[in-house]
Amino acid sequence: MAITHHADDSTLMSYAAGTLPEALSAVVAAHVAMCTDCRRELATLDELGAILLADLPGQATVMPLPRQPAVEPAPCSAIVRKPSAAAGTIPAPLTRLVGKDLDAIAWKRLGLGVWHLPLPLSANATGDLRLIKVAPGQIMPDHGHGGAELALILAGSYTDSIGHFGHGDLADLDDAVEHQPIADREAGCICLIASEHPARFKGLFARLVQPFVGL
Amino acid sequence: MADLLQQVAVHRDVDAFRQLFQQYAPRVKSYMMRQGADPNTAEELAQETLLTVWRKAALYSGEKGSATTWIFTIARNLRIDRLRKEVPWQELPEGHNETPSSDTLPDEVVSEAERRARVQTALASLPQDQHEVVSLSYIDGLSHSEIAERLNLPLGTVKSRMRLAYQKIRDAVEDLK
Ligand SMILES: [Zn+2]
Repeated sequence: MAITHHADDSTLMSYAAGTLPEALSAVVAAHVAMCTDCRRELATLDELGAILLADLPGQATVMPLPRQPAVEPAPCSAIVRKPSAAAGTIPAPLTRLVGKDLDAIAWKRLGLGVWHLPLPLSANATGDLRLIKVAPGQIMPDHGHGGAELALILAGSYTDSIGHFGHGDLADLDDAVEHQPIADREAGCICLIASEHPARFKGLFARLVQPFVGL
Repeated sequence: MADLLQQVAVHRDVDAFRQLFQQYAPRVKSYMMRQGADPNTAEELAQETLLTVWRKAALYSGEKGSATTWIFTIARNLRIDRLRKEVPWQELPEGHNETPSSDTLPDEVVSEAERRARVQTALASLPQDQHEVVSLSYIDGLSHSEIAERLNLPLGTVKSRMRLAYQKIRDAVEDLK
């Protein structure tokens, strides 16, 4: 199934510039690993960065003498470039954090029909990154009321007022968006969700519990 | 540029590396300073960027973009890692092609240069307010909200200026894809 929802242009540009907050960057990286269109866009955006860099006035530097190296070991920061969009698999950039198998994830129960797995960020990062798993037909955590949020569908799908989000689709939500996604009635939904602000998820947890306690 | 990289990759040619260094290290240093590094740190990061080029030139494939683009992505990721002390999620165009880019077809080289020229023209012709947000993002390393704060603009305005800028750049290279 083709990917139909992508990162907003301004999100992708910030990602290429290296200024998108870490949690959001993680979701974009995972989407880009699944999406040929966005990879092509990024080539242009990286090129733009190169031009801006080349336009800068120089500052005097001293060249260190390079050593004749032994064979360079595989760089740990390099991320596999080939799109890996097979259903049920975890996109390459994420495997460092969660392993390769969606079925093997040690979910923590959050409420009736909702599980999550918080993912670690750098000590300096301020956002929030986690996997969310929602049972079939369940109303999903509502996002989009404070700062930027991104949600990437890794399995199953959901539907909301914006449209239908399936495997590989990226929902790019900001303050203006209000919606109530419902997970697929048969497959449920597994998403990678990032929020710009850590406090954001307090509201989310409240909303998660809400339907179950009948508030 | 690509030739120099080739010299470095295949022959470990120190003179070719020196030319690359002289062309790019001063700009990378400038970039790091604009991103808030003090001159010493900026110097170190500029050296490290170019030494990465030296070490990994053999892994670099020209099809994945120009050499300058590669240098930019290395510098960007180093900045995220060292100056922001966060994990760079952005990938570097490397690691897959084990052979140097000697087999790049002449057509690809031409279209790469063409692409570069078009992006450059589109960038130069952006209205000042759009150029400004692009530059604040790439060169000064500000996030959307930081740009909004700096320019005293609503966040939505910053984003729409970025989208407009991007659209013009995308239009300029559309038929090359
Ligand atoms: Zn995409």
